[in-house]
Amino acid sequence: MTTVEAVLRLGDDALIASQRLAEWTSRAHDLEEDIALSNIALDLLGQARALLTYAGEREGSGRDEDDLAYLRDEREFVNCQLVELPRGDFAVTIARMLFLSAALRLRYEALADGADETLAGIGAKAVKEIAYHLDHAAMWTVRLGDGTDESHERAQSAVDELWPYTFELFEDDEVDRDAWLSIVDPVLAAATLTRPSDEDARFRPTGGRQGVHTEHLGYLLAEMQHLHRSHPGAKW
Amino acid sequence: MDETERVHAVASAVMDPELPVVTIGELGIVREATISDGRAIVTITPTYSGCPAMDVIRADIVSALRREGFGDVEIRTVYAPAWTTDWVSDSGRRKLAAGGIAPPGAAAVGRRPVLPLLPPPAPVCPRCESVAVAEISRFGPTACTSLWRCLDCAEPFEHMKAH
Repeated sequence: MTTVEAVLRLGDDALIASQRLAEWTSRAHDLEEDIALSNIALDLLGQARALLTYAGEREGSGRDEDDLAYLRDEREFVNCQLVELPRGDFAVTIARMLFLSAALRLRYEALADGADETLAGIGAKAVKEIAYHLDHAAMWTVRLGDGTDESHERAQSAVDELWPYTFELFEDDEVDRDAWLSIVDPVLAAATLTRPSDEDARFRPTGGRQGVHTEHLGYLLAEMQHLHRSHPGAKW
Repeated sequence: MDETERVHAVASAVMDPELPVVTIGELGIVREATISDGRAIVTITPTYSGCPAMDVIRADIVSALRREGFGDVEIRTVYAPAWTTDWVSDSGRRKLAAGGIAPPGAAAVGRRPVLPLLPPPAPVCPRCESVAVAEISRFGPTACTSLWRCLDCAEPFEHMKAH
């Protein structure tokens, strides 16, 4: 995998996760949570902008962050499928944030310690932000999982539903699944949630890194890209 | 004051658009100022990757320098070393507190484990200096602040998170 491919993967993960999370803006169950989810979406968007800008510079074709975000078609996006799935209920959003934030933390830590100066700078900054996201997701996972019967059931079903999609996070990637499990497992345990066993996870969707996506990404991109494509270069 | 120092001073004096009680110099956002072939170059670092104030800050620096006669201005953004609230100056901290925003404590060193879930270090109420405060929301109206309330004077307030 070239540097450009690796940076695009990470940038697309952050961009699509941000777009999905932003769907909660004005929809969360209270004002504080609305602000929290919007803030996290904004952090991810900022990380995506820095990463896509750098990917564009490195590939040397003159594409900037806007070209990469708005003018690529679905098959050119290399995000994992986990981030494009519909936002679901709040428990699904929290489970996804836990799984994704744990993986992003490991990736950004690797960038921060890496040899590429630009990526090290982006990584060092992002690591600090991801710590908040992970903290937020862990707090809610415990609160939902170790909460009422209803919240426990929904949290467990969210974990079961998303678990198969977490395998793609480690496909041909530097991030080590054991390191990821060492973050995620204790949180699930503290939340009295059962981690689906690997043997039971027969369904392991894949393809995102090759541009093969679920049906949901096209709709997300249509909403995200339509303004820029209909009015190229629009400013306000 | 030579021209380079003047560029630095003018850029540093720009007020933060979201915390309009402190300058971007006091926040530690201005990293460097130089003049090269008549062009004033100011290097800034974002507080948070997605901080929406950065575009406004860039525009404000350009207009402040234009007013001071620097027609050719370039703003560069650097990510490394990552901004930390430890760079907020003493005068910045005093102004934040006077403006009702509890200033940050020392930023944590190293990478903290996820568990146990610990409450963040509590600030002191910027209005009555009470230590009896409770967190309302870890994410505030801007990326860099959280929301608290004072249990003594009952006022809600923002706190710039140690970062």
